[in-house]
Amino acid sequence: MDLNQLFRFDTFLVGASNRLAATAARTVAQTPGTAYNPLFIYSATGLGKTHLLMAIGQQAKQVAPTVVVEYLTLEEFVEAFHAAVAAGQSDAFRNRFGNVDILLIDDVQFLTHRREMQAELLRLIGQLQAADKQIVLSSDCPPAEIEGLDERLVSGFAGGLIVDMGRPDFETRLAILRRRSEERGAEFGPGVLEAVAAFEAANVRELVGTLNRLAAFQAVNEAPLTPESAAALLGWEGGEAPAVPAPPPPKPADEFSDFLSDVTSVLARQVEAWRRRVAEAIMRWEGEGYRTARLEALLNQSAPVSSEAALRQFERDVERLRELEAEMTGMDPTGGGHAAFRDPDRVADAEALVQRARDGLSPPPGPSALWTFEQYASGEANRVALSAARAVGEQPGRRYNPLVLVGPAGVGKTHLLHAIANLLAQAPGAVVACLSAQDFLDELVQAIERDRVDPWRARYRRVTALLLDDVHLLAGKERSQEELFHLFNHMAAAQRQLVFTANAAPRAVAGLDDRLVSRFDGGLVAELAPPDRDLRQALIRRHLAIRAGEPDGDLVDYLAARPADSARAVLGLVQRVLGAAEARGAIPTAALARELLEGAVPPAARASVSVRTSGLVASPVGIVKSREKFVWSWPNPADRLVEELS
Amino acid sequence: MSLVNFTTREITCKIVYYGPGRSGKTTNLQYIYGRVPEERRGRMVSLATQTDRTLFFDFLPLELGSISGFKTRFQLYTVPGQVYYNATRKLVLQGSDGVVFVVDSQARQLDENIESMQNLHANLLEQGLDIRTLPVILQYNKQDLPPELILTPAELDEALNFRAWPSLPADAINGHGVFETLKAASEAVLRKLSEERT
Repeated sequence: MDLNQLFRFDTFLVGASNRLAATAARTVAQTPGTAYNPLFIYSATGLGKTHLLMAIGQQAKQVAPTVVVEYLTLEEFVEAFHAAVAAGQSDAFRNRFGNVDILLIDDVQFLTHRREMQAELLRLIGQLQAADKQIVLSSDCPPAEIEGLDERLVSGFAGGLIVDMGRPDFETRLAILRRRSEERGAEFGPGVLEAVAAFEAANVRELVGTLNRLAAFQAVNEAPLTPESAAALLGWEGGEAPAVPAPPPPKPADEFSDFLSDVTSVLARQVEAWRRRVAEAIMRWEGEGYRTARLEALLNQSAPVSSEAALRQFERDVERLRELEAEMTGMDPTGGGHAAFRDPDRVADAEALVQRARDGLSPPPGPSALWTFEQYASGEANRVALSAARAVGEQPGRRYNPLVLVGPAGVGKTHLLHAIANLLAQAPGAVVACLSAQDFLDELVQAIERDRVDPWRARYRRVTALLLDDVHLLAGKERSQEELFHLFNHMAAAQRQLVFTANAAPRAVAGLDDRLVSRFDGGLVAELAPPDRDLRQALIRRHLAIRAGEPDGDLVDYLAARPADSARAVLGLVQRVLGAAEARGAIPTAALARELLEGAVPPAARASVSVRTSGLVASPVGIVKSREKFVWSWPNPADRLVEELS
Repeated sequence: MSLVNFTTREITCKIVYYGPGRSGKTTNLQYIYGRVPEERRGRMVSLATQTDRTLFFDFLPLELGSISGFKTRFQLYTVPGQVYYNATRKLVLQGSDGVVFVVDSQARQLDENIESMQNLHANLLEQGLDIRTLPVILQYNKQDLPPELILTPAELDEALNFRAWPSLPADAINGHGVFETLKAASEAVLRKLSEERT
């Protein structure tokens, strides 16, 4: 087995409870075969035995790269031995282990009553010791407590060094927590880690698990944790630390296991190797739910057959089925259960199924390319929202999830939403869904009508980011909210970015489900205010520059001074001035604007019940609450402004 | 009975504990039963008379789980020892893959042992089983009794084991030698796996 690169000495935290073991391990790693041989480390589970064993291996390789290190668990050792014996290659087995410089065997407590293994290990240890090769063993109990262990092994172990590791003390626990939180890049408020460390975790794994929970909690909550809230979160209120589980009772002498292992080794010798391989493969694949008729047919052959090729082919087919099934469930969660995905003789059927699903699945609607951050004018009114939006675009799923942009109509929420989406879509492999809540709802209704809800869902579940405009439109739409809720959870769990816009803070929108509201509140709710003078100026300057070259300073100041409650209204002003100037064949000036705007009569069309928008007639109070949003389907938003104002 | 079934990937071994009355066959099975984890053993079926003598037979199925890809199960049977139940003995012997002959080591039981051994030979012959190839293990039980009452394994070998079968001393009531016997029997039976097919 390969050594885990993370298990090194410099990642092993030493405290009073494990100092002796760590020191002995270091010594052994630096001068294998000379100091303590064999080195026997024991401790309860989760305290770092495997870490130390692997650290010895890595350090020794650093000191002398040519050193042959073999790490394996006792189970693997036994398996290798049985396999070698069954194949009649016990010499190869002995050579394999006889030639290592450092042999690291984990979990030797499983030697219990395995006499033939004990004999083999005894022989191997003798051989390695004679050649000054290092042996390191780990166990969850001292050698004398390993049931049915050969006395010669016990005394052999005692001839080296037997060390134990205890549970980490407070300081070590704190150090572990500090290091792990550094590695994770998680920062905690003062006293939080101390509070966690104060509870006596049974082992390091439990401790790290606790830390992970806190880090996850803090990541989705902007407010930093306090020692009290951490304790409350972990359910330790009242100062009660989690109960340390009692050690399992020692196993009774086990004659039956002994008998079983005996039968196992006899059978391993008796059943021909190819039959055993095939039978074991059948067991394995059957256990995983695959049909094994092909292999069963093989097993019924009386003459020895070359099973290797057949087994490899079978494995390849299963692998392919797995890929297909994974793809299928990505597209249609109910499609994964098809029998074809479980029968390696039907790979072609499975391929066809997936192909059909692929054909029926179009990507979700994406952002409009027109709206980018470059074109977004910034000012005091939208500074916070803009910086949050950029942060989200650059580090999706990690900064603010979800990001909810709120503000009145026309302040640039949609623009900002699409700008984020465009930025997110640039990431390799990104599938960004950016659409209005109204479209989301319409699609769902259509999917329900056509009985295609699952594919519709699948279509959204595979996106890497979901940006939903005007989420307040879902108010009172129970089914849509339900779908959004599940989609939200799915996305948030996978750390995928969610962005919403709404005309008011989620909490203030009547008819939004509490569970959605609380989820929105769990991210960042950023407000966009109506444009202030600075922002209006920037908007006007930019727009004039695009349409009429270098803007006239007086005109900009004049227009910026006029009251406007939204960016859209500001642009409407500019548009009117430009239109009038064009009609007169003059250049747009402040004087022209003043004449136009202060002498003008408000257009009567604005007051009519219905508004013509690109040939569509929509009631402003009808299904589309925000008729401005029609602008999306238009290639150039400016066209619409002209139409509406003319 | 076929030992290996490749279609169902099962290995089934039927081992019959044979021997004179009161030699300790049921005791062997009971000891094994007590040591097998619950999920591995079937219900031990014992048809006994009111005085606890085996009337028909004992049956103890053992599920050993999957070994080398084969569902492996052992079926342990005892025969009634008393002379007059010979029909039952023949029935139980049918299709057995191996026999454990439990010998009562007491000197005064020697004749019964010999008689039972002859009965085994006769019954096997009748079943068409070849005594020369069928795995048989001798268990010299009750070796815990005072030495003046029993014969030593060497003496018993001399008297009973002219075919040089593997023999083991035992004290079934305390469990000594019970699993050793079972192991020896199962090894001998399983070894026949490869012989049968070649």
